[in-house]
Amino acid sequence: MKFQIEDITVYFPYDHIYPEQHAYMIDLKRALDAKGHCLLEMPTGTGKTIALLSLITSYSLSKPLKLIYCTRTVHEMEKTLAELKLLHKYQIECVGPAAKMLALGLSSRKNLCVNPVVVDKENRDSVDAGCRKLTASWVRALAVEDRSVQTCDWFEKYERAGSDAVLPPGVYTLQDLRAFGKEKGWCPYFLARHMVQFANVVVYSYQYLLDPKVAGIISKEMQRESVVVFDEAHNIDNVCIEALSVSVRKQTIEGATRNINKMAQEINRFKATDAGRLRAEYNRLVDGLAQRGDLPTGDTWLANPALPDDILKEAVPGNIRRAEHFLSVLRRLVQYLKGRLDTDIVEKEGPLTFVNAVNSHVGIDQKMLKFCYDRLHSLMLTLEITDTDEFLHIQTICDFATLVGTYTRGFSIIIEPYDERMPHIPDPVLQLSCHDASLAIKPVFDRFQSVVITSGTLSPIDLYPRLLNFNPVVSRSFTMSLTRDCICPMVLSRGSDQLPVSTKFDLRSDPGVERNYGRLLLEMVSVVPDGIVCFFVSYSYMDAIVNSWNETGILKDIMQRKLVFIETQDVVETTLALDNYRKACDCGRGAVFFSVARGKVAEGIDFDRHYGRLVIMFGVPFQYTLSKILLARLEYLRETFQIKEGDFLTFDALRQAAQCVGRVIRSKADYGMMIFADKRYTRHDKRSKLPGWILSHLRDAHLNLSTDMAVHIAREFLRKMAQPYDKTGGGKKTLLSQEDLEKMNGVEGMMF
Amino acid sequence: MTDAQVVKRAKYKSSVKDPGVRGILKMTRERFVFQPNDPSLSVKLNVEFRLIKGHKSSKEGANRPALLNLTQDQGNYIFEFENFSDREICRDFVAKAIAGEVGGPTSEKSVPHKDEQLSSAEMERRIKLLQEDSELQKLHKQFVIGGVLSETEFWATRKKLLDVNASRKAKQRVGLKSEMIFNVKPSSDGQSNRVTFNLTPEMIHQIFAEKPAVRQAYINFVPNKMTEKDFWTKYWRAQYLHSTKNIVAAAAEAAEDEELAVFLRQDAILASETRQKIRKVDPTLDMEADEGDDYTHIPGHGLANEDIKDELEAQYEPYKRSFLQDINRHAAVVLEGRTIDVETGDTRTVAEALASSKRVELAKEASDGNSHQDRIDRMIRMAEIEDLQAPRDPPVAPLCIKDPRDYFDSQQVNAMNQLSGLRQMKSRLSASEAYGSLRAHISEIGTAGFSDPIVRPEVAFQVFNSLTQNISSSKYQLGKNPHESIFDTLPSFTKEELLLHWTSIQELLKHFWSSYPITTSYLYTKVSRLRDAMSQIYPKLQEIKESVQSDSRHQVSLLVQPMLQALDAAFAHYELDQQKRSAKSGEKPNGYG
Repeated sequence: MKFQIEDITVYFPYDHIYPEQHAYMIDLKRALDAKGHCLLEMPTGTGKTIALLSLITSYSLSKPLKLIYCTRTVHEMEKTLAELKLLHKYQIECVGPAAKMLALGLSSRKNLCVNPVVVDKENRDSVDAGCRKLTASWVRALAVEDRSVQTCDWFEKYERAGSDAVLPPGVYTLQDLRAFGKEKGWCPYFLARHMVQFANVVVYSYQYLLDPKVAGIISKEMQRESVVVFDEAHNIDNVCIEALSVSVRKQTIEGATRNINKMAQEINRFKATDAGRLRAEYNRLVDGLAQRGDLPTGDTWLANPALPDDILKEAVPGNIRRAEHFLSVLRRLVQYLKGRLDTDIVEKEGPLTFVNAVNSHVGIDQKMLKFCYDRLHSLMLTLEITDTDEFLHIQTICDFATLVGTYTRGFSIIIEPYDERMPHIPDPVLQLSCHDASLAIKPVFDRFQSVVITSGTLSPIDLYPRLLNFNPVVSRSFTMSLTRDCICPMVLSRGSDQLPVSTKFDLRSDPGVERNYGRLLLEMVSVVPDGIVCFFVSYSYMDAIVNSWNETGILKDIMQRKLVFIETQDVVETTLALDNYRKACDCGRGAVFFSVARGKVAEGIDFDRHYGRLVIMFGVPFQYTLSKILLARLEYLRETFQIKEGDFLTFDALRQAAQCVGRVIRSKADYGMMIFADKRYTRHDKRSKLPGWILSHLRDAHLNLSTDMAVHIAREFLRKMAQPYDKTGGGKKTLLSQEDLEKMNGVEGMMF
Repeated sequence: MTDAQVVKRAKYKSSVKDPGVRGILKMTRERFVFQPNDPSLSVKLNVEFRLIKGHKSSKEGANRPALLNLTQDQGNYIFEFENFSDREICRDFVAKAIAGEVGGPTSEKSVPHKDEQLSSAEMERRIKLLQEDSELQKLHKQFVIGGVLSETEFWATRKKLLDVNASRKAKQRVGLKSEMIFNVKPSSDGQSNRVTFNLTPEMIHQIFAEKPAVRQAYINFVPNKMTEKDFWTKYWRAQYLHSTKNIVAAAAEAAEDEELAVFLRQDAILASETRQKIRKVDPTLDMEADEGDDYTHIPGHGLANEDIKDELEAQYEPYKRSFLQDINRHAAVVLEGRTIDVETGDTRTVAEALASSKRVELAKEASDGNSHQDRIDRMIRMAEIEDLQAPRDPPVAPLCIKDPRDYFDSQQVNAMNQLSGLRQMKSRLSASEAYGSLRAHISEIGTAGFSDPIVRPEVAFQVFNSLTQNISSSKYQLGKNPHESIFDTLPSFTKEELLLHWTSIQELLKHFWSSYPITTSYLYTKVSRLRDAMSQIYPKLQEIKESVQSDSRHQVSLLVQPMLQALDAAFAHYELDQQKRSAKSGEKPNGYG
């Protein structure tokens, strides 16, 4: 259907539209008109993504705009591109060739490489290194003279094609890019990297914009006339903080020492054979040439970890220009960090104190620290090191040095001799932790004309502008208009024996609570068809409870009803488990998936339709409150933004819980139940932090249930939902057709 | 069969303790004859084998007597032989003779179709059928052994029974249990530290399916390197070590015992399978791709992980394994279903069958190029929001037939008809066309009714009337109790008698009518045989009718009536045919050739 929103014709690929999608588009359009940022909360399962995509692409038909769409994960990227494909097809049908656009997803070499020799390596870093070994400029230069030197055919072909190597318009998923690359014989990774500048829509991960190391090379050429969308952005503050934090462990120190020794050998070798190279590097550094200036594409390397505005455009300080001097500085720094790690007490200090201490102990000043990363980069290029995966440890150290030398506020350095929970195992760690989420996202707000932050759970919506330090022109939370009550949230506070259930610290390992949780699941697997998803508060809790259920025989009883799949810390295994879980739901056998709140599955996998008819959230997913980093962050939040610790912790726990349960609904024809199994949810201060669209369906009668009552409600609900679905809603306007919209526009026009 | 008869010296004993009578035992196919050495004694035996139900023999031993005990319904015959080898020969002969009585050896009898060669499987199936169904056995005894019908004729009308039984097994495959059986608790006797595991073939199958490394180890080790028992002992030992969660201890044990290490180490075959599978996973849930994308996972980058990771030295890494992984693996195997059809207790066969089925599967996957396109289509489908658009055509699920032969066999008849009659008919219909035409037909029938009824209404009405008349009259007698029938009021002897006659009449009539028109002399003799048998039953029915008490006589005669009618019809037909024949044979005196 197509319709007008003010002066824009919107092309929407379906026959009907939900009223909230329409309202969402109107608000989004106003933000685009105002060239400002906006914050929009809309319930999951109301087609947020497609509304967003169709408005922005339709908008750009009249006023050229580039869309940078950020997702948290690669699989969400694929989902988005699949929706975009649908939309693109429809727009071409309506508008013709004028609507043609180029949209592509971008990921790392690991996900895009087609060279079988390289891509079969096990992790990202070895793929990166494998690629460099074949594509680095000096390797290619060698190959010209020496035929036996291996190069990458795809890269060579791509280079030879030069400016002819372009992607024709269309929507490309990672899979499509690989297929295209294979067909043409061009390297899809470098092709995609090149095409990002010309594409109308780019879909990639948060890090490509937020992490300065990646953003510096990938996103630096994006024009200001772009709309940046952060989808599923409820965790964006955490991503920002992660992007500027570094931790150093014993293994890092050991690895860095090995790296330094290796480089020292290399330097000696070069001195003997090719002293000119080192001298040339020295001269370049004197001139203050930027390392990243005119490097051939194959040589690019993660950029400086500090934000672009904070990097001073000046020459590298004199005392680290010579390679051997720089190495000795690194050696002293590593030695110093090693000494600091060797402690029995928890230490916490600010960056300024730390830098002063470094200066007085080993004589490295703030400016030298700040240039560590760039200097290392230059040295590794000079030494022609291609196996970068071997040199990750020294990179980490230099990351740390540069960050600590650049920032004086919003950070703290915490040294812990062991994990609080396991004091008998010494595991010293030195962490540079960033507390201020606004630091990493600031350049994005400054650089781009419109930034859209959207998710199903952004409650309370006034908190995000404070955390991220920006002024949205539109900030709105939408409710959901439902044809029927297709979601059924419940709070379960008591088990089948009427005793309270909770994952509170004192009750957590109580066998009675574990049994009650088990009985709840057992009752539910015999009532609910198809898929059930369970979320636990942490891996260790899940592990413990599964073992306990196994010993008491509850697990066996559950297995008689449904197959059980579990999220583990191994992503490959979890992916396969998920795939099998879907198969089990498809074939009608039914399955239960055990997962962890804050885990990878909770973050991005949908359990819509028959893949999830019930979600059980066992406990309240609070963060580990004794963590030193969290305490430091809470302190910072209190001092800077006047946010109370308790409020922030509850807000954080409830947004995770809401995120977990929100994954069951995809459309209004879908239905699902949500059980919050913890007595703490009955308290108003906790519950009120849930997003409005869940709260509005949480009836007073469902606030304090025991297992048997919950089973009864579930039976009733499922019977009601199994009746034929009338999507017109009988009088309630939950679906709008083109005529409806035209009528509405007419009324509005009369009012003006 | 090797020898036509066996003659041995033996002693006949009435009981084990009895000193016995010396004599000669002579066995032929049908019977055995015992002739005492002293002709004055009166213990001559002459018994048919078909009366013998079974045989037992004493254990072999140096000082033991070589006894053979032939059991009968009442009493038994005990023979003592001079040595065990004689006994063995006789025993084997008896075994053959008895087995023959039940199923096969009718070929020895005067049956026209002797050339039929029965496979042993076929034979077994028949014996089994007879054992399961006492009624069938009775009929078989009455007619086949009584000589009215031949074995072949008897079974020819029951082909279905044989076939259905054979295919029933293949019809439905039993899936694997959802329950995790390898997680069994051992039983312990409570006194010593010894624990006992009970392994069933089902469990072994599951273990092999879930742990390819164990399967491979079994193929490699058993029986060359160790016995089956040792193998499983080691396996459970490894399981025990895992359950203690002491990785260091497990690693230490593994270092000492390389076979044990196989069970303790992580499964390499599984790992390679996993790598294969991960490439085919739906991209919308491929979290492994995130791992490749996430730039923050450089070691040390970002905040330290919140969750505890046990710090283990690298040497212990291969021994790490978690219960959660086992659960996932189990569920995956159950979902895959039973991949092999072996129903045997032989462990080795199971192991090899599983291994080869895995190889086939991998090869198939490797050559499968369509899966990529399927996945993309699926993704697009999943991306759509269902209720925002008009409903699609009724969803059509592709027809999936496990064994295509079943389908084509059943369709062959239809296909032949179609080919001969309607060659021009459009054979490819789209789903919607087919659906439309079906609907049109249904509505037409709904309004107009059947144009060509199977039975004429008047006839149907007549039949219905005569049937219900009896019912109503008996209902009147019985009162209102719906659970009773006239049948139950009859004395049990009469009841059984009636039933028996009813089934035998049915059997005979079936054969009788199927023999017409008579074209060969074989059929002619068969028909006359059948007629004789039927005429024997006729007076018996009359007898029953007269023997019952007067109050139920009416009921019995009602029951017997249709039987008599059926027989009368058969006789009438026979007579008519006979007359025609004699009229014909007047012209052609040479009769049937």
